[in-house]
Amino acid sequence: MGPTNSRSSIQTAVITASVTRFVYYVLDLLLQVTRNGLYCADGDFYVDPWLPVDRAVITHAHSDHACADSRAYLATRPGEALLRARVGGGATIQALEYGESVVLGGVRVSLHPAGHILGSAQVRIESGGEVWVVSGDYKLEPDPTCAAFEPVACDAFVTESTFGLPIYRWPPEAEVFAEIRSWWAANRQAGKASMLFAYSLGKAQRVLAGLNPADGRIYTHGAVENCCRMYREAGIALAPTTHVASAPATTDWSGALILAPPSANSSPWMRRFGPLSTGFVSGWMRIRGARRRRSLDRGFVLSDHADWPGLMSAVRASGASRVWVTHGYRAPVVEWLKQQGMDAQTIETRFEGEQDETGAEPGEGEP
Amino acid sequence: MKAFAELYAALDETTKTNEKVEALTRYFSRVPPADAAWAATFLIGRRPKRLLESRKLAQWAIEESGIPEWLFGECYHAVGDFAETIALLLPPAQSSSDLPLHCWIEERLLPLRDADDDARRASLVSAWREMDERQRFAWNKIITGEFRVGVSQSLVVRAVAAVNGLDAAVVSHRLMGDWQPTAAFWTQLVATDAGDADVSRPYPFFLAYPLEGAIEELGGVGEWQVEWKWDGIRAQLIRRSGRTFVWSRGEELMTDRFPELEALGAQLPEGTVVDGEVLPWKNGEPLPFAQMQRRIGRKVLGARILSEVPVVIVAYDLLELQGEDVRERPLEFRRARLEEIAPPDSALIVSPVVRPDTWEELTVRREEARARKVEGFMLKRLGSPYRVGRRRGDWWKWKIQPYSVDAVLIYAQPGNGRRASLFTDYTFGVWDGDKLVPFAKAYSGLTDEEIRQVDAFVRGNTIEKFGPVRAVKPELVFELAFEGIQRSPRHRSGIAVRFPRMARWRTDKKAEAADTIETIRALLPPGGAVTAD
Repeated sequence: MGPTNSRSSIQTAVITASVTRFVYYVLDLLLQVTRNGLYCADGDFYVDPWLPVDRAVITHAHSDHACADSRAYLATRPGEALLRARVGGGATIQALEYGESVVLGGVRVSLHPAGHILGSAQVRIESGGEVWVVSGDYKLEPDPTCAAFEPVACDAFVTESTFGLPIYRWPPEAEVFAEIRSWWAANRQAGKASMLFAYSLGKAQRVLAGLNPADGRIYTHGAVENCCRMYREAGIALAPTTHVASAPATTDWSGALILAPPSANSSPWMRRFGPLSTGFVSGWMRIRGARRRRSLDRGFVLSDHADWPGLMSAVRASGASRVWVTHGYRAPVVEWLKQQGMDAQTIETRFEGEQDETGAEPGEGEP
Repeated sequence: MKAFAELYAALDETTKTNEKVEALTRYFSRVPPADAAWAATFLIGRRPKRLLESRKLAQWAIEESGIPEWLFGECYHAVGDFAETIALLLPPAQSSSDLPLHCWIEERLLPLRDADDDARRASLVSAWREMDERQRFAWNKIITGEFRVGVSQSLVVRAVAAVNGLDAAVVSHRLMGDWQPTAAFWTQLVATDAGDADVSRPYPFFLAYPLEGAIEELGGVGEWQVEWKWDGIRAQLIRRSGRTFVWSRGEELMTDRFPELEALGAQLPEGTVVDGEVLPWKNGEPLPFAQMQRRIGRKVLGARILSEVPVVIVAYDLLELQGEDVRERPLEFRRARLEEIAPPDSALIVSPVVRPDTWEELTVRREEARARKVEGFMLKRLGSPYRVGRRRGDWWKWKIQPYSVDAVLIYAQPGNGRRASLFTDYTFGVWDGDKLVPFAKAYSGLTDEEIRQVDAFVRGNTIEKFGPVRAVKPELVFELAFEGIQRSPRHRSGIAVRFPRMARWRTDKKAEAADTIETIRALLPPGGAVTAD
């Protein structure tokens, strides 16, 4: 089970283990990077720990942010059901509305919309007049399936950097949906099925919310269907879908659109659909090489993460003077922020050394 | 430019050959002939002499994008494609250009040849501002070359042929040799009846596939003509209208590099085309290929190099006889005529034929290959025509087993194109005492899954970074295969190998068990060091 660290015992651990790469920090900061993840000693909790701990504050339910077996969780009300599905039905979860705060130890904690997926939050931590915000994953573009990102003023801002290079600049969402629809229409005309890969949790629902059910039949892979069910139960309107497994064996797939997780690509599961065209909805599709090495026909640039201009405007909007950069293109983002006169530094993620550039985005291995 | 950018996107968006050909044919049919000519030129990999240095292009793109140079570098490493990196970084497009492709090339690009840097910069930046993102990308591709859109020459040929229902072989032939991308050329290329008159024009080469199954599966040994497979420069020697032309397989006119062959041409009957291999040759045997490279690199061929490294053409086939295309005649006919026209004691050596009684005998004789300085055998079916391009069935190459060595991965760097952002380009070392000395670079041979695993290893086991290059913990062992081995003072190991690639990931071997430089030196051919300039 998770360690029960007070700040002083952590200090001891740090002194004895200061050679390990996972533990480095300045002692008087509100947050520290430990072997379990980001830790707030004053409140004795972790934010998105990657190992089980006593108390975990969770930004959202993707598997790289929500690890099972912690003793107690704090999450948003809209994200509670998704989190429960991730960490197990028996977990102890305390749910907060957006903006509602609780006091843990000596610090005040509240959760604010991050715009990433349903229930995603930025964690605001206030202690002794100082405010830190851990943004988790976020995007600034509007998304009908979740609450829009809200800038939260703070002294220190912890940001992701998945797409932290200026080549990542998202086209307007409406353009991308127009491309998806005309691709679907062309396939329908050619008598092909349209196999659209999208991460099961979050992306698939955003796509469904943007498609027109009048365009044709939409089927789902089981992993996608599970997440859709939870979204619908939360009252989010999605285009109607049919689970592939419950469609009759005689189904004519030509002209249909099938939503599946990227891990289904080239799997035997794909064989039943006959002639098809494949597409992938992801920010990685901004680069041709990322699409071509997956042998996909089409890439649609739509991401639930901030693009470069989005990252920079979120950092600016936070008003923070100190920025910690995690998960993604950390080094270039930090270097750029430093050149803009900010106090920026990288912090470790649980990913060994650096981001997984093979393109595995959270949610790929959904149930 | 609009239509061309759309074509590029359409080609890029499908992996299916038929769809690519359809997209090309649609494009060729709807654009002006001059546009079609330029597009075909670029797609088959020809291009005007490079007008702009990539370095300059990058500098102007950096200034236009308002980012620092180091950040451009980071972006390039993630994208792995220069033209694409620039297109992605330029400020968002405000307009889109309707100017046809040939106008962009002839009026905007080619005049930059005589312009100074300021004018070039102004012209480039203004071009970018007139284009949308797709057009910028296609434009940058035109400037930098390297289309990488999965279109081979044979696909372009199929598409051009489909425009007017021509035979692909006819189009393939018309695309050979020396021509300029003009409207007139295009009109002639797709014409159903064209006066094919160019005296220098070579024929498309017939290329062999590697033998796939057991040699016995080819049927009776008596149905085949067997020749040694030489390792030089594949070429066609053409004698027409009293003039001589030497074309390489890369369709480079190399006549002036080989005065011996120009002289030989004069000894051949009018209207002759010979297919063969140009080899450095002395005392009845080939010299190492490195000697040929000494010659090829030179602008001026002095008397010394000509006497040190003379060349011959080892003739494989006869394609034209007395001005008549004889490619459809049976192999035996072409071979007999070739032997008849070969001038005695000249720079033309008719490729010797091996006549085994059984496949077993041939298998044994294959062991002579290294001593004879050849790569193995060529097997040609008797009665077969001389075909176009790489085709299975009538010609097979049967190479000797490559050399192989177990080496340790010591450096890695990201690849390009579809391998961008993945560590796919590796340097391997072998033991020299207790140190690993870099020995060969290799890029190919691993499966996508293995590449992912090695990529993850590199990321987790980097010892040091030099720009994009990572020095990694010496732990992974690979079996490298290669075709030839020579001494080389230019390489740190003192050894250069030809066509190295990864044959196998030796997960069963520890780094300590990899080969040593001594074992590799033992593979070197006997004899003195190869001199380098």
